[in-house]
Amino acid sequence: MADLAPLAVAIPLIAAAALVGVARVVPRRVVDVMALGTSIACVVLCALVLDDASGGTIVHWFGGWEPRNGVAVGISFAIDQVGAGFALFVAVLFVAAFVFCWRYFVVIGPVFHALMLVFLAAMLGFSYTGDLFNLFVFFELLSVAAYALVAYDIEEEGPLQGALNFAVTNTIGAFLILTGIALLYGRTGALNMAQIGETLAGEPADGLVVVAFTLMAVGFFVKAAVVPFHFWLADAYSVAPTPVCLLLSAAMSELGLYAFARVYWTVFSGALGGDEALEAVLLGAGTLTALVGAVMCFGQRHLKRMLAFATVSHVGLFLIGIALLDAGGFAGTTLFVVADGFVKAALFVCVGTVQHMLGGVDELRLYGRARMLRITGPLMALLALALASLPPFGPWLGKAVIDQAARDAGAGWVAAVFVVASILTGAALLRATARVFAGIGPHDDPSIVDAPAPEEVDAELRYPHRRVPRTMTIPALALAAAGLGVGLVPGLRASFEGAGQPFVDRAGYAATVLHGQAARHGEALSLAPGPAEVLLGFATAACACGLAYLALAPPRPRLHRLGLATGRAIAWLRPLHSGYVGDYVTWLVAGAAVLGGLFAVTLTS
Amino acid sequence: MSFLPYAVAVWIVGVGLYGIVTSRDLVHLVICLSVMQSASYLVLLSIGYVKDASAPVFADVPLGTRAVDPVVQALTLTDVVVGTTVTALLLALSVQAHKRYGTLDPRRLRPGRATRRHG
Repeated sequence: MADLAPLAVAIPLIAAAALVGVARVVPRRVVDVMALGTSIACVVLCALVLDDASGGTIVHWFGGWEPRNGVAVGISFAIDQVGAGFALFVAVLFVAAFVFCWRYFVVIGPVFHALMLVFLAAMLGFSYTGDLFNLFVFFELLSVAAYALVAYDIEEEGPLQGALNFAVTNTIGAFLILTGIALLYGRTGALNMAQIGETLAGEPADGLVVVAFTLMAVGFFVKAAVVPFHFWLADAYSVAPTPVCLLLSAAMSELGLYAFARVYWTVFSGALGGDEALEAVLLGAGTLTALVGAVMCFGQRHLKRMLAFATVSHVGLFLIGIALLDAGGFAGTTLFVVADGFVKAALFVCVGTVQHMLGGVDELRLYGRARMLRITGPLMALLALALASLPPFGPWLGKAVIDQAARDAGAGWVAAVFVVASILTGAALLRATARVFAGIGPHDDPSIVDAPAPEEVDAELRYPHRRVPRTMTIPALALAAAGLGVGLVPGLRASFEGAGQPFVDRAGYAATVLHGQAARHGEALSLAPGPAEVLLGFATAACACGLAYLALAPPRPRLHRLGLATGRAIAWLRPLHSGYVGDYVTWLVAGAAVLGGLFAVTLTS
Repeated sequence: MSFLPYAVAVWIVGVGLYGIVTSRDLVHLVICLSVMQSASYLVLLSIGYVKDASAPVFADVPLGTRAVDPVVQALTLTDVVVGTTVTALLLALSVQAHKRYGTLDPRRLRPGRATRRHG
């Protein structure tokens, strides 16, 4: 069964090449069907691999170059439940994206589908790999595919700048990762993650290890969009075609954090492990990201930019979950990533539907114009409530599990960050939904600090359509059901919790990869949310509704002044998001210097 | 092992980053990015360097001949390919930007700048 995993990466690559080859002679629908069929095949393969991996980490050595006496020379896939589960999650998102594509584009070339399939292959390989250099190659492959996809509407105005900022910052991130890998190779002579981890373990971290760790952490944080490396994200996500947005927001940012967690636990945890200072630095970065993202999200009127900043905010929350550096926090994060990813993907599909039907994504200009979208509107409101952690849906469950783990780790204060971020992002989406779909509230909003979204040029020619295509409604409903349902399926939480323990066990991973010994793990921890978490969830959702109400309430002088004050308070954040790539790179360098300095002070003893 | 190549790599990174941050021309910016990336080739190759050793070609040489590390050379080659792809893509975007806006200055290409004219 382990031999199926390389197929999941090879099939989309072959299909992409074939698509470009045959596209000239076959009609567009054939291309659509081929791409959709490939992604469905990947879902099946990924599901089989996940089933296999739930019995224990599976290792595939390419060309049969197995390790001898615990020394690995060959290149391997090392697939545990988390990696296999993430791959399945990604493949499912691609199916939804391809279905959504069906009617979204009026004209589309086969290159789009080919790029999407390359993107898929790279993401799957990235989740499966056990080799550090392979990780980098898949990282670059998925990045290049993503740059090209973001710039797909190259005749439009936004995508050019979005893709340029995205490509330049992320290329610098990739460069930092590669330099980190090179330093590690120089120290250990190995590229296999388990092998490097074994070599580094047991000795105190010295300067080289800390520098390598800093470089790789910064590189992955650029991809994940952790503040202050996040500036490119809103520019890129707000201009990409919606099917691409869905994948970027639900999977690509999360992949950056997945890689950080994977590399930390397999490579560095032996040398840096159990370090409270590291935990504090990461918690700080996560908190900052969650709050900046949430505040910026509340100040947006461009619906896609709003979702992009919600993504930034949630990346911060994921980082907090990982920063606890234990199995419980990580298990909660995986659950939260999956639930939140499906919900955000569904939200992007809803916004894409609005864009398709009405030709715009600006909250104030769309005022009340989307009334006839009878499914999309209520669905979006429900999804916004779920993001504001309404029990018993998936995002709430993920946050609740992280909260519990944080309390066990003595960092109960992070619950407050979760509450504030959930209220702000949830309220922003509820406010936008009410304005766009029901025409509630004033036409102007002093707390919005963002510039208006560009109107689409040919709007009058193409819009409004009469009926929402089913290929848009069905993915929205299916993704929403998946995201909300993660919290409802009994036993699902337990299987996520079971996956956490092996992921953070460096010695067990190394034994499986290098010696072929199955790792044994104790009783899986249980972090069932208590009544307090349920109450907190309801309270958070209620506060989000309250804040949205305040933002929409009829203009009263005192409220207006409050809104203006809020606008002024967050207005200083906006010029930082200048859209100029030079500024972004300056922030990147400054952030890397600060992070490196903190690591250097705290990690070397 | 000499520190010189690493010092040069750090210098190249500094120069490249300075160029990217201050660039007023997209083509210049993309070239600066390639300059910065070339630091990683230097780091990789100097990690695998062995003094007085030959290239890692093992035909017609006696067993035990010293050779430089072929792994880092393979990594460097891969990195060159990746870097070229990114450079090509970015240059294509720059060409498109020039067609669209008639300028290559990234400061005049900010999102929202050009759109507000129409909006």
